[in-house]
Amino acid sequence: MTSHRIGSLAAETLHFTFDGTRYHGRPGDTIASALLANGVRVVGRSFKYHRPRGIMGYGVEEPNALVDVTLAGVTTPNLRATTEALIDGMQVRSVNASPTAADDRKGFLDRFAQFLPAGFYYKTFIWPDWHRFEPSIRDMAGLGRLDASNEPPAQNPQIGAHCDVLVIGAGPAGLHAARQAAEDGKSVILVDDQREIGGSLLSLRAEIEGKSGAEWAAGIADDLQANGHRVLTDTTAYGVYDHNLVALWQRRFGRPNAQWRVRTKQIVLAAGAIERPLIFPDNDRPGIMLADAALSYLTRHNVLVGRRIVLATNNDRAYSVAEALRSAGADVTIADLRAVARDRAIANARIEAVHGAKGVEAVTISGKRIAADCLLMAGGLTPSVHFHCQAGGKLTYDDTIVAFVPREDLPGLKVVGAAAGQYSLTEILGLGGEPHPYAIAPAWPQRGAKGRQWVDFQNDVTVKDIALAEQENFRSVEHLKRYTTLGMATDQGKTSNMNGLATMAALTGRTIPQTGTTTYRPPFVPVPFGVVAGRRRGEFFNPVRRLVMENEHREAGAVFREYGGWLRPAWYGGANGAVNVRREAIAARTTVGILDGSPLGKIEVIGPDAGALVDYNSYNTLSNLKPGRIRYGFMLTESGVIYDDGVTSKISDEHYVVSCSSGHVSGVVARLEEWRQDRFDPARAFVHNSTPQWATLTASGPKARELVVALGLGVDLNDAALPHMAFADGHFNGAPARVSRVSFTGDRSYEIAVPSSKAAALLAAMREAGKPLDAVLMGSEALLLLRAEKGYVIAGKDTYGTTMPHDLGLVGPMQKRQNEYVGRRSLFTENAQRPDRAHFVGLTVEGDTMLPVGAHGVETVNGRRRSIGFVTSSYDSPTLERPIALGLIERGIERKGEVIDILHLGRTFRAGITEPCAFDAEGARLNA
Amino acid sequence: MQLFSCPFCGPRDETEFLFAAEAGKIRPEPAPEISAEDWSSYLHSVGNPRGATREIWVHQTCGEYFVMDRDTVSHVVAGTQSLRKVGA
Repeated sequence: MTSHRIGSLAAETLHFTFDGTRYHGRPGDTIASALLANGVRVVGRSFKYHRPRGIMGYGVEEPNALVDVTLAGVTTPNLRATTEALIDGMQVRSVNASPTAADDRKGFLDRFAQFLPAGFYYKTFIWPDWHRFEPSIRDMAGLGRLDASNEPPAQNPQIGAHCDVLVIGAGPAGLHAARQAAEDGKSVILVDDQREIGGSLLSLRAEIEGKSGAEWAAGIADDLQANGHRVLTDTTAYGVYDHNLVALWQRRFGRPNAQWRVRTKQIVLAAGAIERPLIFPDNDRPGIMLADAALSYLTRHNVLVGRRIVLATNNDRAYSVAEALRSAGADVTIADLRAVARDRAIANARIEAVHGAKGVEAVTISGKRIAADCLLMAGGLTPSVHFHCQAGGKLTYDDTIVAFVPREDLPGLKVVGAAAGQYSLTEILGLGGEPHPYAIAPAWPQRGAKGRQWVDFQNDVTVKDIALAEQENFRSVEHLKRYTTLGMATDQGKTSNMNGLATMAALTGRTIPQTGTTTYRPPFVPVPFGVVAGRRRGEFFNPVRRLVMENEHREAGAVFREYGGWLRPAWYGGANGAVNVRREAIAARTTVGILDGSPLGKIEVIGPDAGALVDYNSYNTLSNLKPGRIRYGFMLTESGVIYDDGVTSKISDEHYVVSCSSGHVSGVVARLEEWRQDRFDPARAFVHNSTPQWATLTASGPKARELVVALGLGVDLNDAALPHMAFADGHFNGAPARVSRVSFTGDRSYEIAVPSSKAAALLAAMREAGKPLDAVLMGSEALLLLRAEKGYVIAGKDTYGTTMPHDLGLVGPMQKRQNEYVGRRSLFTENAQRPDRAHFVGLTVEGDTMLPVGAHGVETVNGRRRSIGFVTSSYDSPTLERPIALGLIERGIERKGEVIDILHLGRTFRAGITEPCAFDAEGARLNA
Repeated sequence: MQLFSCPFCGPRDETEFLFAAEAGKIRPEPAPEISAEDWSSYLHSVGNPRGATREIWVHQTCGEYFVMDRDTVSHVVAGTQSLRKVGA
């Protein structure tokens, strides 16, 4: 056992298992600190070569220690052991290892490393044959195990917030900025991904304003909260988006995690810096760690990472770390890679070998073997500038600290502290005086490096892989990234990107700024999909609209389906749709069917210019209707294509009601509004969508009038007073009721509209009045069938993206109207006037087989078969006792009487081209 | 997510808005006098400039169409105005 807890072990009250072995930890531990306290060295296997790996970092930068965690029966894959708080009862499993990380069956893969160079699988696409490698590569790919049975409910809240200043990172720089902003009267949100406030102050020994660093930090956070500001801990900012929107992931123990979307006037980025590894042979052995991490485990968890420690460094920060480790009882040898070393350090140190496959046993430094159980790396700091770059900020290379820092602050985003390359408290807190010196000398790998030297630990990218990419001309950092997968793992290269690009710079003889960085993109850390999705899952993903009478329909045995975004009865009477639709359709043709038509649009257009507006919006002129009358017509797009059809009722010269398809209501309101505001005087016409306020029930069939008479609505229902395409206003249960004679079935029909509050009562009254008439409740499927018998079109089903009104034979307005309307000019283009356009026709089948919807009409010209259109609607008509169909067929209007071939998935049908209307062509039943 | 400012409601998230058209486009009419080229240009040609642009958007929640000056590269919104005051 090398790493261990120092001091009293009395507080080890939490139990957990790792790869099946039982261990103890204490409150405040992460999984990583608890594993180290128990002396566990091998915590996982590397992605490609299954090399044994140990914990290297302390926080989000950790590349090796990914684990699957099972808690309370739920398994979460690929969590970083360094950022997960230890909870009693956790079962922790290493990833990419079987049966355990220490003894992995695939460990032999490392011996085949020379056969798995960079770009390996890209090359197999070309030669010899990707498919030979694909099954085994797919089998090996991926890290953690996904628990397919784990489908947590959609309960992650998404919280919107705004503030004057959002401070990311509660270290000394962030706290200083937050306090300053609060004193200036700004509203502040302070976020930090740790449980405790303080950042680096929790690891370093510092005294600020007469307090210990940790006390100073906690005091500022308390003051902020006491003054009404927000302090969010265990919360990671993971993306900066347009106009200073910042996404936060908040871990809430015992409650679902939350996503915060914070819109802020000013972002203060105080995300600190991440220590870089050094590059030398076998630098991925378990027991090799970052120096800062070792310091944090010691000061925050009383865990000493080794007894005989070698600390390799290229900068001065390492010396204070060594001091802290020594005072905790470790024997520390400093190997300084620079020419001049302080204290008793080895100068000009070269790390030539690290011995011990499953844990450091010794290190060979400049030809001398030194026994050691831990090797720490201090390769310099890389400022966490991710959000500055995500927001579009540029970087500049600072030679003196060997790092990229923000070139200049963006408006609304200020970078402070270590993220800005300020590593000294004096500088950060503005205390004046000389900042602590931070002397560093670059130590990048050079061409011809010996042995396997890791750059990206999580994706197993070595210096040789980078050299191969360079040799094969993938020299741009973006190419390097994709060719070698450097920086593409779940850690997104937090410890490897800088080393990787510096290596490429060294190999190509360019400078580091010439080589440049890859693009920074959100998220900063892996965020659970459930947090991003929030509650927009399942039925909340795209909620259906519901009828006010849904409960009544359900009690009546309705089977529901979605139509145009509305959940509507498809039919009544149980699962057998075919039988019930047929039953309802026959009854509606012989007695009377009752249908809920509430989703149909009811858009009121009101004002002195209402007539002009509805005329302009419509293919047909509507303003010349008499009040009380209704007209059917189309709305076109500016391209002349049919957008929707429907009826418009004229109430007065200054009041119209446009009834469009249920799925088109918001679209029709939007186009009416657009023309109203961008063409007409918006003070002289108003558009109001009253669809949700009214429920509409339709009685259709030979006995429809008897049923409506029995309702006693106070309307004269004689055909002379209320003919087809007219409406009258009455009342029902003390509320207004409008009775409109429009028909989508071809039979006598009455649409009765009442306020939604009276809908259930009206339905009950209609069912009661319908009993002696053998009335039935009718769903949407029967209505669709009945309208197809009549050849009535459904816009978007029987028309498609080029269908114009004259393709349906409706040429009147086009030929006669003199004033402008939407889409007018497009009806006269060369394309619109082509003779070979697809026309809307009926199709009669020979035999009793229904034509499949989507089947193509075909003709053979000079031995070549070509499509001449397709079937758009097809039903088995109970009224006609034969299949019927509608379609769009090239030159269909001229082809009437012809018989054509219809082809579908290898089957050929024969169909005659007819008028769309197959039933009651003279329309006698409308008044029967 | 961008932040747009409805002239009537103030700043709101981008998801509340829809793009309607580039501003300044006049519908050519009357139809019989308009060449196919001019009509085609009205229907299909958009400037899609890199940089400063003037557009008509609608704030769906209040239904108002308005003019917005913005930059397609920096996403800076220079200003918004009611369509009624400026025309377009």
